Amino acid sequence: MSDFLLLLLEFFKTGLFAVGGGLATIPFLTEISRKYGWYSIADLTTMIAVSESTPGPVGVNMSTYVGNQLYGFFGGIAATLALVCPSVIVVCIIARALQSFRNSPVVNGIFEGLRPAVVGFIITAAIGIYKIALLDLDAFAGIQSIAGVIRWKAAALFAVLLYIYRKKNPHPIVIICIAAAVGILLSF
Amino acid sequence: MKVLWDLYISWFKMGLFTFGGGYAMLPMIQKEVIDRHHWATEDEIMDYYAIGQVTPGIISVNTATFVGYKLKGIIGGIVATLGVISPSFIIISLIASLISNFADIPMVQHALRGIQVAVCVLMFSAIEKLYKKGVRNTAGIIIFAAALILSYFTDISTMILVIFAGAAGYAVTCFRSRKGGVDHE
Repeated sequence: MSDFLLLLLEFFKTGLFAVGGGLATIPFLTEISRKYGWYSIADLTTMIAVSESTPGPVGVNMSTYVGNQLYGFFGGIAATLALVCPSVIVVCIIARALQSFRNSPVVNGIFEGLRPAVVGFIITAAIGIYKIALLDLDAFAGIQSIAGVIRWKAAALFAVLLYIYRKKNPHPIVIICIAAAVGILLSF
Repeated sequence: MKVLWDLYISWFKMGLFTFGGGYAMLPMIQKEVIDRHHWATEDEIMDYYAIGQVTPGIISVNTATFVGYKLKGIIGGIVATLGVISPSFIIISLIASLISNFADIPMVQHALRGIQVAVCVLMFSAIEKLYKKGVRNTAGIIIFAAALILSYFTDISTMILVIFAGAAGYAVTCFRSRKGGVDHE
């Protein structure tokens, strides 16, 4: 099989088996690196850094980057489409089934339990983001007081933005743009 | 045609301004999909997120496919998915061919640190809304607390927790309808 088809197959597999989100693709990408040597583990680390510093799902960013490095622009398109293909198929099937079972008491009972659980999962994910954004965990080892761990500039920006968001209810894009500008101006 | 175009543009916007993966997209979804276009309700979005935990693929892509499918069938699902992946696709292609050490540029790092704070603000409000909608009774509070504690403090896979939460929800409904006598369905 040509390397190009192998690339598609590997990303299709990643899309099919990485359950639960972008970061779940990383073990698969590590495996691909070990098996084929298309990129090194160091490249993978760079890719993760780039993925996390650009908008969009990490998995999509990764497949675009890998495809691009190997086969240029069209390689990026092909790898990305291969990655999302399985989930589009699976979700269309589920969405169809969901429409027919919308009024089933069993399905509604199950969702009764899923909704509160999802709120819990999202808070867990949010705590991870809060720690990175508002706390300086590297400083934790050296500094005795809790005050030294908080990124005060970030905490102040958090308070101001939260106030603006509550009062004026702007589009989330506005908040993101203000924060990026402040980050650059004040060298966060 | 108009709906398909709106779907593409709307998901393009959401893809363009989401930093850090599926959960961080929630505030954008609330604004675009729920408040602005009324394409789905808060409940449906929560259902899609829950299903996204147990199905293959990236959660933001799954949610886009769900919303698109609900509006316009398979074509809608495909169009919304292409919308949400287009921005990252374009940006990464540019970076991959033009800038070799993008993530190390100081200005990029400063902007990102700022954006992380913005994501905290947006998530705060998004979670508040979601909690009011999703946790409605005692059983809900218990399932919510258990999910939060287990997902934060243990390594149990979210997939397993989702299955347990679904079973618990079903058990509670059965119990309630038996106790209430008359089923309200």
